[in-house]
This record gives sequence, structure tokens and C-alpha cells, in this order.
Amino acid sequence: MSWVSIGSITDIPRRGARCVETPLGKIAVFRTAEDRVFAIEDHCPHKGGPLSQGIVHGTAVTCPLHNWVISLETGKALGADEGSVRAIPIKVEGEMLFLGLAVSADRAA
Amino acid sequence: MKLVIIGNGMAPGRMLEHLLESAPGRYDVTIFNAEPRVNYDRIMLSPVLSGEKNYEQIIIHGDGWYIKNGITLYKGHKIVAIDREAKTVTSDHGVVQPYDKLVIATGSVPFILPVPGNTLAGVLSYRDLDDVNAMLLAAQSRAKAVVIGGGLLGLEAAAGLEAQGMDVTVLHLMPTLMERQLDPAAGYLLQRAIEDRGIKVICKANTKAILGEKKVEGVELGDGRIIPATLVVMAAGIKPNAGLAKEAGLATNRGIVVDNGMHTSDPDIYALGECAEVGGHVYGLVAPLYEMARVAAEHLVDEASTAAFVHSDTPTKLKVTGIELFSLGDFADGEDRHEIVLRDASAGIYKRVVLKDNRIIGTVLYGETADGAWFNDLKKRQVDITDMRDTLIFGQAYQGGAPLDPMAAVAALPDDAEICGCNGVCKGKIVGAIQEKNLTSLDDVRAHTKASASCGSCTGLVEQLMSITLGDAYNPAAVQPMCGCTTFGHDDVRRLIKAKSLKNIYAVMQELEWTTSCGCAKCRPALNYYLICDWPGEYADDYQSRFINERVHANIQKDGTYSVVPRMWGGVTSAKELRAIADVVDKFNIPTVKVTGGQRIDMLGIRKEDLPAVWADLGKAGFVSGHAYAKGLRTVKTCVGTDWCRFGTQDSTGLGIRIEKFMWGSWTPAKVKMAVSGCPRNCAEATCKDVGVICVDSGYEIHFAGAAGLDIKGTEVLGLVKTEDEALEVIVALVQMYREQARYLERIYKWAKRVTIDEVRRQILDDLDKRNGYYDRFVYSQKFAQVDPWSERVSGLHKHEFRPMATIGTADAAE
Ligand SMILES: Cc1cc2nc3c(=O)[nH]c(=O)nc-3n(C[C@H](O)[C@H](O)[C@H](O)COP(=O)(O)OP(=O)(O)OC[C@H]3O[C@@H](n4cnc5c(N)ncnc54)[C@H](O)[C@@H]3O)c2cc1C
Ligand code: SF4
Ligand code: SF4
Ligand code: FES
Repeated sequence: MSWVSIGSITDIPRRGARCVETPLGKIAVFRTAEDRVFAIEDHCPHKGGPLSQGIVHGTAVTCPLHNWVISLETGKALGADEGSVRAIPIKVEGEMLFLGLAVSADRAA
Repeated sequence: MKLVIIGNGMAPGRMLEHLLESAPGRYDVTIFNAEPRVNYDRIMLSPVLSGEKNYEQIIIHGDGWYIKNGITLYKGHKIVAIDREAKTVTSDHGVVQPYDKLVIATGSVPFILPVPGNTLAGVLSYRDLDDVNAMLLAAQSRAKAVVIGGGLLGLEAAAGLEAQGMDVTVLHLMPTLMERQLDPAAGYLLQRAIEDRGIKVICKANTKAILGEKKVEGVELGDGRIIPATLVVMAAGIKPNAGLAKEAGLATNRGIVVDNGMHTSDPDIYALGECAEVGGHVYGLVAPLYEMARVAAEHLVDEASTAAFVHSDTPTKLKVTGIELFSLGDFADGEDRHEIVLRDASAGIYKRVVLKDNRIIGTVLYGETADGAWFNDLKKRQVDITDMRDTLIFGQAYQGGAPLDPMAAVAALPDDAEICGCNGVCKGKIVGAIQEKNLTSLDDVRAHTKASASCGSCTGLVEQLMSITLGDAYNPAAVQPMCGCTTFGHDDVRRLIKAKSLKNIYAVMQELEWTTSCGCAKCRPALNYYLICDWPGEYADDYQSRFINERVHANIQKDGTYSVVPRMWGGVTSAKELRAIADVVDKFNIPTVKVTGGQRIDMLGIRKEDLPAVWADLGKAGFVSGHAYAKGLRTVKTCVGTDWCRFGTQDSTGLGIRIEKFMWGSWTPAKVKMAVSGCPRNCAEATCKDVGVICVDSGYEIHFAGAAGLDIKGTEVLGLVKTEDEALEVIVALVQMYREQARYLERIYKWAKRVTIDEVRRQILDDLDKRNGYYDRFVYSQKFAQVDPWSERVSGLHKHEFRPMATIGTADAAE
């Protein structure tokens, strides 16, 4: 796995998200009210809704398409719904954010 | 052996105390200090600034102490070089001093914003006694001061300057004060307390420049505002002072890198204090620095010592008299964490404990901090709190207490707080009537006071007042709470927002004692709407509490692309407009173009990144947003009326356009669709709309409360008016009444059913004063609402919404 710099935490509004384009698709990077950051695939387990566009509350996001609530920590759907998206490792150093991306071997899949 | 110390701050001071105690005489100690003074308590500079203490009272080691212990202190000598080969240090006055062991304790340097004017006379930082003396001198003018930075240091500086008689404004970049130590809820309370002392606070303030010729004259913000000032204090953060060590070739990162025994990359050189970085952490509070001092001393005494520094969280407190605040550890919420929140609105108290696996990991206390030490201890010892979970938040002394009274917020309302807006009845009058006339039922209270006798939306509050006054004798009907974060229903929340003048989301959550710290996806959009509606021009829209469509001003589609619908006033268009749309469709390869049910054109399948460019082109042709995504005014359909139709009785197209131009941009509880038909043949289908007009020979028949969605319902007739002006007035007043009273997401027909058609008719048609009041309030709020959101975004607002944060492409992944 390699750590790739994607910018500063201040690029993301609190209780909001931004996208990162990668060869594997979009990754949504979230910042909570209390400055915790998370990254998950920008693809709702229900019907593929863009999770980065949802309302962020606590450490969950509500999908804008049909209101599934997805945990930012695990990528799993909360409540009665079942399904999950991949959570991507992310680390913060000072203000800078780094995504942990798999190396090319994984990418071939 | 020669021990040389660079810097004479609190950390090495403590280290020397340990050293002198365990191995007196082992070292011949020499200290160089850039500051021309002995070791004093830097923490207490704030009381010196506010006048509560003087310098003599905060000295830790007086001159006598150095003499008694045989320590040489070079005051006002700054070390400019370390020669690790020769093992010497050199001061700026030319003293060269050899060492066997060297300790670097150079502390931190204030972070100075890289803006124009930052070196003008009158720009100070807040770090040492010289800064304090300079501030005290400037304060004698009693003029205006600006403090940049709303963290611990900045707020202490602001309170001190205010105590010295200055007119102080704090500029803070983030949305809430002390955001590193406090959650937004506590940050809100703090801001209120700071403002109560007469200090102005501007959050989200981006300092662009410091203005002035030779001396400071003011500060300019990113939004163009200018704040006059003769003194500017920069308290925007500190950075470890690691430059000297770096030049000497020692390993540095954010600070000077040391192991947990305080050794730098050179075994004969130690570093400690704020300049040191241990295990990736740097520190800015003394408790961990004192721990470093203990560890360093042990290693200086015994090179084989196993003493090791371990990271721990230090509680933060603000040293401003009269403000009680305590923060500790990690208080971000998370799925594996639980929070316990206690709010006491009347006493201004907020407490939050964050738990993980039944153990405390973080605490925020505001207003009452006596239990801080107890929580800190429970956290440190990792105590399993399962058994005291229900009472934990009440603190140590209160184990076994009863849960809080959900009606406390209503009980605490002042007597003159308005409960019933329709009839202007205040709390005192209701409580008085209940007591004097021995009223025991809601109907009695309605009959005697008129409270909740009109629209009924204050019923919940009136009932709560009855229970408070009558005690258990009265059992109110249960209201459906707005969401899991509160016990109040929508109507109560709306009323209390008005009665208590709550003007932001955090104020609502605190004063109404929300049980969560930041709400949920249900209550946040509702609160945001209520605040926008109730405080036009005062409340700043919280975009993060809006659903995506309203945040990006387009409609999200099932594949994540967007659709865009420009306004076509009254459904009328022209060759020029159609051509512009055709050009946009070609240019951006828009896959689908469709005529909507609301008489306009929808372009579907636009990529989010393209939205601003699409809007820019549409804007050039004169289009504005159609708000097809909004809980707000959507369309006004019209028929061709007297312009073309042989049956037409009035200018239905003209009236439709007039209504749409008057009302566009307004936010409403749920979407509002309208139509105007030129005669009862009703070609514009006005009788299934939220508001409709049927033109007749004698005037305009106003309809409302229709539905043609999940439910189907014909409209109700509000009444007949004679002129077009009056038709507009009535429609505007009706919509404003709906805006002020309905629950979020409640369409007009549902609201009307609740408050009754007769009541709406009474207020809008019969009571001219009421009608005018509604009309005037709508007109006022339009001043702030009628801004085309598309052109704002074309000119750069919220750019972050439309661009990826980063694009990661690799050669091997290219297809
Ligand atoms: C206004 C204020 C309020 C504070 N309030 C609190 C509080 O409430 N609680 C808390 O825990 N902490 C508080 N702090 C922080 C606390 O004071 C510091 O963490 C602590 O003093 C740092 O100690 P230090 O020894 O690392 O560095 P310092 O005390 O900064 O000492 C460093 C010294 O080294 C000297 N120096 C630097 N470079 C050289 C050189 N090349 N040669 C010679 N000398 C040099 C400097 O002149 C300075 O005197 C506050 C700080 C300030 C400024
Ligand atoms: S509603 Fe009446 S005036 Fe309007 S187009 Fe139809 S017939 Fe003509
Ligand atoms: S009717 Fe249903 S499917 Fe058609 S646009 Fe409306 S919500 Fe979508
Ligand atoms: S696609 Fe996310 S809830 Fe349906």
C-alpha cells in the first residue's frame, strides 16, 4: 500500500465531503463536525448513489438517493439495511491528508 | 561535567529542580536565555495582562536561586550556533561555551500570518513579557484592538485587553471558537459568554491584510470588510522553535525529534519542552513538558536510566475569569462510541462525555467544570463505568440522582415570552389565568386566554405550561418529537425559536436541550429552514445542513449526474432562449432534453463538474435558476388568457409571470407549485396546485391546498378578489403564513388541514392587519432570498462542491 497526498483537511467543509478521482473510481473523503476524516468508495451499496453528496451527521452519511445511512468508519449500512462499501485507509499529518491506496497488483482485478 | 541549556523557560526550569534534588553538584550548569530575564510562569501572563497579577508575582526562580545553586545565567543571550564537533555553543554576544551535555529548550515561536502589513508597528504576538508590556502600553489609549485567532491564547489576550479598557474584536478563521478543544455546541456557549463581556467575535473571518502606512490602522477581511484597529495581536498558533537544532544537523520534523528518553539524534544533546517532538506529538501545555523534564533529569543523572516519556491527554482550561470550561481527550463521535449529553439551558451548562467500550475517552464541560478532575481520573484509570452510566454525567457528587426534567426549558421561559403568535399571548398571561381561574383543561385555557385557539400550533407549549403550573394534575397529550434528538415537536421548536430569539443551529440545540451534540439528517435541514424563515438577513444559511439538491442547486439523478432547469417565467419562452438552450445542450453533450410538467425545459444527465460552466452559458442568455430542486417556489403555470384565447377573462399569463417574478427564490417548508388559468375552463390546471388562480369576469378566484402527487386533492377556494394587485397580495400573505407555521416537508394541503381552511381565510382575507403583516415580512425576506444561486456559483461560491479534491492518475492504470 502507498500513501498518496490528496490535500488539506481545510479543503473539505466540516460536516461535508469531497471526491478524489482515482483509476479505480471515485473515493469520497469526509470531514466530521469534530474534524475526524474518513474515506470510503463514493458508491452506495444500495443503488450506487454518490455518498459524497449526502448529509453528514456524527460519523455517518445519509445517501442522497434513498436515505440509507452508511457508517463512515466501516462502510457498512446502518439500521435495517444491509450492504457495505469499501473503507479506504486515510491518515492525517498536521493538516495534510493521505489516502492509502493499494499498489498496482491489486489494481489489475 | 559541563551542562549547557539553551532557553530558560518552564520546561528546563523544572528539569533543573529535579536535577538539583537527585544529583546536586554533578553538573556545572550554564543557561543562555534570549529573553533578558529569569524563569517565570508563562502561563500566568494572562492575569498580568488583565491586571490581576504583576510580573514579580509570577517569577518561578528569582536571581537568588541561580546564585545559591551556582548556576550561570546569561540573560539576553541568544545562541546562534551549535558546533557539535567542538562541542560548543556561541551566543549572539560572542560568548563561546563548551559543553559535555547540551539541552535544547527553545520553546515555540508564534505563527505570524503571511499577509501584507504583518510587520507594521502595532502588530504584536502573545508569547512573552515584552509582548504583554507592549499590549499594556497600547491599551492606555483605550482604542480599538483586533485579536487574530479565537483559540486559548487569543481569547485570553482579548479578555485581558478588554479588562484594560480596549474595544476588542476577535477574528477567528473557523466557524466556532476553540474548535480544537471544544465541540461546536460548547463553542457556541463560549462565544456567547465572550460577547456578553462586550468583545466582538467574527467567526469564519479570513484575514486578508493588515492596513496602515507606518502604524496599524485596521484589518481587512477576505470578504472586503475593514475593521479599524490601532493594535493587532496575532494569536493564530505556535510552531516549535527547531531552527537552531536543524542548522546543527539534528533530526527535526515538526519539532526536534527525540526518543522517549529525550535524546536527540546526537547522544550528548537532549531536547525538551515545546520545541521537542516525541512519538510524532508536539505539545503546547505544561503538564507533558513537566513530564519531559522529569525524564530528561533522570537520564542526565544516570545514562542507563529506563525512564520513558508516555503520551497522555492534558485537559484544557481557559483562564478567563468567569468562564468555566474544560476539555479533555477525544470527543469526536463515532459508531463505536456513545455520548452522554447534559444541557441545562437556564444555567448555561453543557456537558458531554464520550464513551468507548464503557470507558471515558473524552469530555467537554462548559459552565460547570468542578467534575473535570473526576472525569480525568476515570479516563486515566480506564474505569468501566457501566454501573454508573445513568448518572455519570451528573458528576461525582450526584450519583443516584433523578434524570433531568424535559420541561425545564419551558419552565425557564420569561413571563413575557410569546407563546401564541396568532393571538399575541405570553407565558405570564397563560400561567396567571390557569392559577387565578383554576383552569384545568386545554379548552378552558383556550377560552380564557385565546392561546392556541387559532392555528393551534402552540398547543404543545400551552400544555407544557399547564403541566408545569398544575403539576401531576395535568397530563398533556403526547406530541410527536421532531426526531430522536429532542422531545419537542416541530411546532414547539418553531415557537421557541421565536420566543427565545434563537438565531443559529447550535443555539437551538443548546437552549432546547438537544440530546445529541450535532443533530441528525432529520432535524438539521428542518432547523436550517426554520432559522432562514424566521431570521432573514441575520441567519447565515448552513449549507452542510441542506440536502444535496439544494446545496448544488441542481437535481441529482439516479446515476449521480444532475439535471438543470432554468426559469421560464410563466412558461413563456423565446427563440433566443431556445437557441441558447440548444447551444448548451450541444456544447456539453447533454443526453436528454425534456419538457417538464411545469412548463419549462429540463436538461438531464449533466456531470457535476460541468454545472458551473453550464450555468455560466445559461446566465449569459439571461436565465436564472428554476429552483426545480428546492423546497421553495417552483413554477407558476399559466394559460394564454386574454392575450390569445377567445374565452380569456383576464391576463392570466401576465399575472403568472408577475407572481413568479415576485416570489422566486423564497424558501418554503416544502415545494410550492402554482398556476393561473384565464377562465374556469382551467387549461393551466390551477385546481390541483398548492396555490391556484382562476380568472373570472369579476376578478380573481384564489385557490389553495390542492395536491396532485401521492395524494390527489382538488383545491379549496380561499375567496374572490377584484384586482390583480390584491390577488398578488393575498397569495403572498398566504404563502408567508404557510412559511411561518408549517412543519418542514409539510405541503400546503396538509398544513391547511391542520390549521383549518377557515382559520387561513380569517387571517388572510378578513383580517387586513394580519394580511399586511405577512405580506411585509415576505417582502423583507425576499431582499435576502432573491439572489440567483447559479450566478453566485459561476463567480466562484462553493467551488469545492464542483471539483474533485484531487485526481490520482497513474501511468499503469491508463486505458
Ligand atoms: C499567554 C500564554 C498562556 C498560556 N497558558 C497556558 C495554560 O493555561 N496552561 C498550560 O499548560 N500552558 C499554557 N501556556 C503554554 C506554556 O506556557 C508553555 O507550554 C510553556 O511555557 C513552554 O515551556 P518551554 O520551556 O518549552 O518554552 P518557553 O517557556 O517558551 O521557553 C523558551 C525560552 O527559550 C528562549 N530561547 C529561544 N531560542 C533561544 C536561543 N536560540 N537561545 C537562547 N534562548 C532561546 C526563549 O526566549 C524562551 O524564553 C501558555 C502560554 C502563553 C504564551
Ligand atoms: S383557461 Fe380559459 S382563458 Fe385560459 S386558455 Fe383555457 S379557455 Fe383560454
Ligand atoms: S413520477 Fe416518480 S419516477 Fe417519475 S420523475 Fe417523479 S419521482 Fe421520478
Ligand atoms: S443508492 Fe444510496 S440509498 Fe439508494
